[in-house]
Amino acid sequence: MYDTIQYEVKSNVAWLRLNRPDKLNSFTDQMLKEVTKAVKAAAADEQVRCVVLTGEGRAFCAGQDLESVDEQMDHGEVLRGQYGPMLKAIRQLEKPIVAAVNGVAAGAGFSLALACDFRLLSEHASFLNAFIHVGLIPDSGNLYALTKLVGQAKAAELSILGEKIPADEAVQLGLANRLIAADDWETEVTAFAGRLAMMPTKAIGLIKRSLNAAYELSYDEFLEQEAQGQRAAGLTADHREGVTAFIEKRKPVFIGK
Amino acid sequence: MESFEFIETSLADGVASIVLNRPRQLNSLNRKMVGEILQAMEKFDRDPDARVIVLSGKGRAFSAGADIDEMSQDDPIRLELLNQFSDWDRIANIKKPIIGAVQGFVFGGGFELALCCDSLIAASGTEFSFPEVNLGVMPGAGGTQRLTKLVGRTKALEWIWTGERIPAEEALHHGVINRIVAPELLLEETMKYATRIAAQPPLAIRLIKDSVNKAVDYTLYEGMQYERKNFYLLFASEDQKEGMSAFVEKRKPEYKGK
Repeated sequence: MYDTIQYEVKSNVAWLRLNRPDKLNSFTDQMLKEVTKAVKAAAADEQVRCVVLTGEGRAFCAGQDLESVDEQMDHGEVLRGQYGPMLKAIRQLEKPIVAAVNGVAAGAGFSLALACDFRLLSEHASFLNAFIHVGLIPDSGNLYALTKLVGQAKAAELSILGEKIPADEAVQLGLANRLIAADDWETEVTAFAGRLAMMPTKAIGLIKRSLNAAYELSYDEFLEQEAQGQRAAGLTADHREGVTAFIEKRKPVFIGK
Repeated sequence: MESFEFIETSLADGVASIVLNRPRQLNSLNRKMVGEILQAMEKFDRDPDARVIVLSGKGRAFSAGADIDEMSQDDPIRLELLNQFSDWDRIANIKKPIIGAVQGFVFGGGFELALCCDSLIAASGTEFSFPEVNLGVMPGAGGTQRLTKLVGRTKALEWIWTGERIPAEEALHHGVINRIVAPELLLEETMKYATRIAAQPPLAIRLIKDSVNKAVDYTLYEGMQYERKNFYLLFASEDQKEGMSAFVEKRKPEYKGK
């Protein structure tokens, strides 16, 4: 079903592994299509309550495969036709999506990590806004996310100087949620994803909707959007379970609906 | 209530509901279905218990368009004799407010049906489009006319020429729809709006629709004269007496639609 990625659902977590390790998991047209397809599959699958994006081998993703870049390439059309659909599928996913950054995330690979809700960094991981080194601008939504995470000035520095950002510095900059020792990598990522998968999934989706709206709407519009989101959350079984469990002084068991 | 093959109808608390019910075909519209929609609308239009008509579609799409199989073999003479679009003309003559609740795909004939509504509420993520051009034809049930009257010829030509999908946000921006709501709340929010209109004095609501529709076609002068006559006409109603008395007496009016 997939050639360039591995996709597996285990204990309510969809594991999406970029699987071109000898090419540092760099993007080809096929891999972009397969990631898009897998994200949509995860969105449609009721069993899936958390998505983890990670890379096989020593890299997370080295960005666009430069071997396929030639003078004929229309970079704008590649973004519209290939990267755009993948990024929109990730943004529309109303479930938590975690980038488990196992190694270098460069160029569009960095952008891919930025498009996720959480970034867990292995001590071997690093970010690199590499575009400037080949005379290009950060793409795949990169600066949309980066300016919000680190501010305009730091985003300019990271994009124009294009220096490597080691894992510990990435955490200090607010680019990542956790720094994980190599020995604990698999265990901690699995535990983090497992924890998300047991949470009220519908509410997480609605939180994501509000987070996205926060940048798009006026205050009055946002308050209306928030009221609708809370109404939708208030109708979920997980909300009732949360309240009941609180009253009964027990741990709630959420089903994601 | 008579039984329909392709739609479901109901009536409660002044709000009549017509639900497109071919979800497996994404509510694609065949001729019988349009006939049923018209029949239900005309019935509710004459029913004093119905003050507002809500039109919605079951499933993940409001309506993905016309049933192409049904028309692929048509010829001009057959179409002329069939005169199927007269049903659409009659939908445009419904006097009561029609409020559309749309989600998913609102394409082709489905978009034209949505444009027959007076107010449109869309779930976020809804997409509108006139894809007829991709089949070598064009909209035939008012698409080129109603859309142009709503958004002007610049956008109407672009959208109908390209057949591209119009996101709900863009439809809102250009005045095609009234508001975007969370998909989970589409029917709830639509019913709130419908209930609010249903509580208004029905004759005023009716003549407001009548007058506003005239603004689309008439010259300003003729429209102003028309509006005036309707304004005067409302002074013949019990609801006008009630509304103004209640205002003076500082109490809530009770409207009867008389």
